[in-house]
Amino acid sequence: MSVAGGPGVIELEDVSYSYGGGELFSNLSLTLAPGSFQFLTGPSGVGKTTLLKLCYGDLIATSGRVKLFGTDARKVDRDGIALARRRIGVVHQDCQFLDHLPLAENIALPLTVAGRQAEAEQNLGELLTWVGLSHQVDQLPPQLSGGERQRAALARAVIVSPDVIIADEPTGNIDWEMSQRLLRLLVELNRMGKAVLVATHDLNLIRAAKAQVQSRVLRLKGGRLQAAGADL
Amino acid sequence: MRRFSLLLSLLAGDPQADRAVPPTGYTARLTLFTAGAMAFLAVFAMALASTSGRLAERWGAELARTSTLRISAPEAQVDLQTQAALRVLESTPGIASARALTSEEEQALLEPWFGAQLPLEDLPIPQLIEIVEDAEGYDATGLRARLQAEVPGAMLDDHAAWRQPLVEAAGRLRLLGWVSILLIGAATGAMITLAAQAALSANAQVIRVLRLVGARDVYIARAFVRRFTVRTAIGAAAGAAAGTLALAILPRGEVAGGFLDGLGFSGAGWLLPVLIPPLAALVAFLATRAAAMRSLEAQA
Ligand SMILES: Nc1ncnc2c1ncn2[C@@H]1O[C@H](COP(=O)(O)OP(=O)(O)OP(=O)(O)O)[C@@H](O)[C@H]1O
Ligand SMILES: [Mg+2]
Repeated sequence: MSVAGGPGVIELEDVSYSYGGGELFSNLSLTLAPGSFQFLTGPSGVGKTTLLKLCYGDLIATSGRVKLFGTDARKVDRDGIALARRRIGVVHQDCQFLDHLPLAENIALPLTVAGRQAEAEQNLGELLTWVGLSHQVDQLPPQLSGGERQRAALARAVIVSPDVIIADEPTGNIDWEMSQRLLRLLVELNRMGKAVLVATHDLNLIRAAKAQVQSRVLRLKGGRLQAAGADL
Repeated sequence: MRRFSLLLSLLAGDPQADRAVPPTGYTARLTLFTAGAMAFLAVFAMALASTSGRLAERWGAELARTSTLRISAPEAQVDLQTQAALRVLESTPGIASARALTSEEEQALLEPWFGAQLPLEDLPIPQLIEIVEDAEGYDATGLRARLQAEVPGAMLDDHAAWRQPLVEAAGRLRLLGWVSILLIGAATGAMITLAAQAALSANAQVIRVLRLVGARDVYIARAFVRRFTVRTAIGAAAGAAAGTLALAILPRGEVAGGFLDGLGFSGAGWLLPVLIPPLAALVAFLATRAAAMRSLEAQA
């Protein structure tokens, strides 16, 4: 199941997680290798978001090991986690914006906190055009539609040009045409060697992706992670 | 070195980091008010310390320098005894000069109590001799013994007996002034800690988002630290200015006598309140940084 890991990857080895009750999943392994494109599917509430949170150090596995860029996440201090997150672009299921800052500043935030504001000026315009938000730059996140927020979240995730892109239901509120555009952005970044992991219920998106890029579909169900067949 | 660069990066201007945390009008106003009120009080504590310090020094110096010899004798003997006393004093080591007051001078001394029309000649007023010591000072016990033998009507009053407690009280007052300043500083720190803590908990979601996009603790702390430091400095500047002004226009009256009249600073001492805003800012900086680091640790 695991793809051999190299530098610049995230690895989960025999990982279990529980929020305090029963185990959500156990002995689960997953590798995000450079250039890999993977989908994560499964019923609602099965633990997809939880699994993604383990990948960017938001949660710590109850057992097993999570390696962030070669280092055990348990041994990384908060500064180390912060630095790792600058290499991981995440689209959160609930977007996670600063509601008092206009959209442009929210999208540039990963660069701002990394002291790389100068790059924002170069990338922001192009990125905003790609996600179709050029006219909303001055709006506050609560003033945007659900789909606009998700597109903005994707823009924020990729603005630092991260090594890994993790997207949690990035197309949940987005029409088909815009989904295709976001997918093309992800495929493009993947071709540049970035590892991509997308949690989604959207089978059409998965099919469309398979036509463009070699991708793997993983299904989380009953606490186990399985490769989904070609029947998808 | 690491600590130093941490300190620098905490203070360094980064308007972006400040913007990342939403402005909170309420804690901002409370912090400004607290800093202002505390600075106002600090000015008075400083004035108290400074004034009582000056008093202690002046009284102490006078105490050390001058004393009085009083001669009470039957009228016929007063002149004789005065001459004898002056001879004794002149030959006493440690005394720079000794001089018998003229009756005009004595009249002037008594005037405030008895009025100008006092018929001094008709009253048994003792003759006063003013003694000025040199830097070494004289041996009061030895002098008393000699005077007792040669000038029976002489009473040496070296001021020490009644002025010493005053000097001690002034010294104690100065200490109290400085203790008050320390307490004001500590109370300011405590209140700013509480305000910063409230701001940090109110912004838990903001902190979470900043962390998700890769912000380090020092970056997040900086937004809070800078904010509270700047607000405290501004509030303290206003409070210190108001306090100094209030002191400067304090009514000066003859009636108030020595102490109240002198409450305030002298000369360059008026620059002392200028120290209050930077000191307050330093307190705010340390208090907010400690609160932020503790809170970020807990919210991890
Ligand atoms: N902070 C939490 N504390 C306790 N239980 C939680 C917490 N977060 C999630 N859970 C539970 O863990 C389970 C998995 O949640 P998770 O969000 O990972 O599911 P998901 O697969 O992403 O679902 P969806 O497809 O609806 O997004 C759910 O039953 C949820 O109630
Ligand atoms: Mg989810």
